[in-house]
Amino acid sequence: MTTATTQACPECEDEVQLSPSVRLNEIVECAGCRSELEIVALSPAVLALAPEVEEDWGE
Amino acid sequence: MIRVAVVGAAGYIGGELLRLLIGHPEVEVAHAVSSRFPGKRVDGVHPNLRSATDLLFSTADEVEECDVVFLATPHRAAMTQMERWTGQAKQVFDLTGDFRLDDPEVFRRYYGTEHAAPHLLGDFVPGIPELYRDRLRTADLVSVPGCMAVAGVLALHPLAVESLIEPRAQFDARTGSSGSGATAGEANLHAERSGAMRVFAPTGHRHEAEISRHLGISAAMTATGVEAVRGVQTVCHATLRPGVGKSEVRRAFREHYRDEPFVRVVAHQRGTFRYPEPKILLGSNFCDVGFAVDEEAGRLVTIAALDNLMKGGAGNAVQCLNIRMGWPENLGLSFPGLHPA
Repeated sequence: MTTATTQACPECEDEVQLSPSVRLNEIVECAGCRSELEIVALSPAVLALAPEVEEDWGE
Repeated sequence: MIRVAVVGAAGYIGGELLRLLIGHPEVEVAHAVSSRFPGKRVDGVHPNLRSATDLLFSTADEVEECDVVFLATPHRAAMTQMERWTGQAKQVFDLTGDFRLDDPEVFRRYYGTEHAAPHLLGDFVPGIPELYRDRLRTADLVSVPGCMAVAGVLALHPLAVESLIEPRAQFDARTGSSGSGATAGEANLHAERSGAMRVFAPTGHRHEAEISRHLGISAAMTATGVEAVRGVQTVCHATLRPGVGKSEVRRAFREHYRDEPFVRVVAHQRGTFRYPEPKILLGSNFCDVGFAVDEEAGRLVTIAALDNLMKGGAGNAVQCLNIRMGWPENLGLSFPGLHPA
């Protein structure tokens, strides 16, 4: 990528800014829902939810 | 610069009004009225105001003409004294429950008494900027809603106004002890209240009527006192209309609250505070709202949190004042809250 781009967050559909230097498998954060997103493809960039450990408050 | 009087200034809401108004760049607090402490120093009752003011409490009879009066008296006092205050000030901001409902019959049902000034009920503009901002710009009589009502209304307004939900919802409201006021009785002794999760109004709470009025739906509310001094959290349960999913819910929240200075949509996937939580809002005028959707069941859960003395009372009143006077809406209200608290 040579210029900054935006992609929709797969979780909340908010726009996520991607820098020109973004790399495959890099993790970025959505400002709308704070999801961690993995760059799973480039040119064009494709975002997917990164796996995470969930909280358990007494379940 | 305008001159204001705070009536009922020794209470918790009155004290919060004084804190905000003393620090407000366009306001001079001319009178702090208290029937319990006339002649006493304000900072003796509100120690957080030490060095902020040398004001003494006065009686209602000592109040001279001023621009604005804020009423933070016990319920039922405002409706019997309203003509006195409208005769002394250009604008009255009433933070009691007396003018929050526009139907005297509904008022009688929820407050257990006849309204003393039913002819004035229709004259008050509800102090909810997110719903009534245009009317507030010219309002001379403003009724600031109850704390749990504000949270309940903001939690569902975008969805109710767009008819994305069925016209009935349940509201599970939790509140801190300051909501009971500075003269609360035995039930609020530390020994009785500490550690309690007390369901004090399973049905019929007064704020329920306000929520129904402003959302235009049938609201059923349960109120519980929890281990906190400040803070309200309202969890709302509603049913989505057929065909409505998470995407429509998200869009409605975004569109309605995008430009609101004191409403933030919080439905995060990570972090400790993923959904609205009063703990981080103490002292701030924000109301955080969040949501979750079970698309298969058509079930919607929304959550709203605020500081009951701020967006649930004094802060909301000052926001309404700023709108009425044409000042920046966040003037004197920029404190972002504390973390950790």
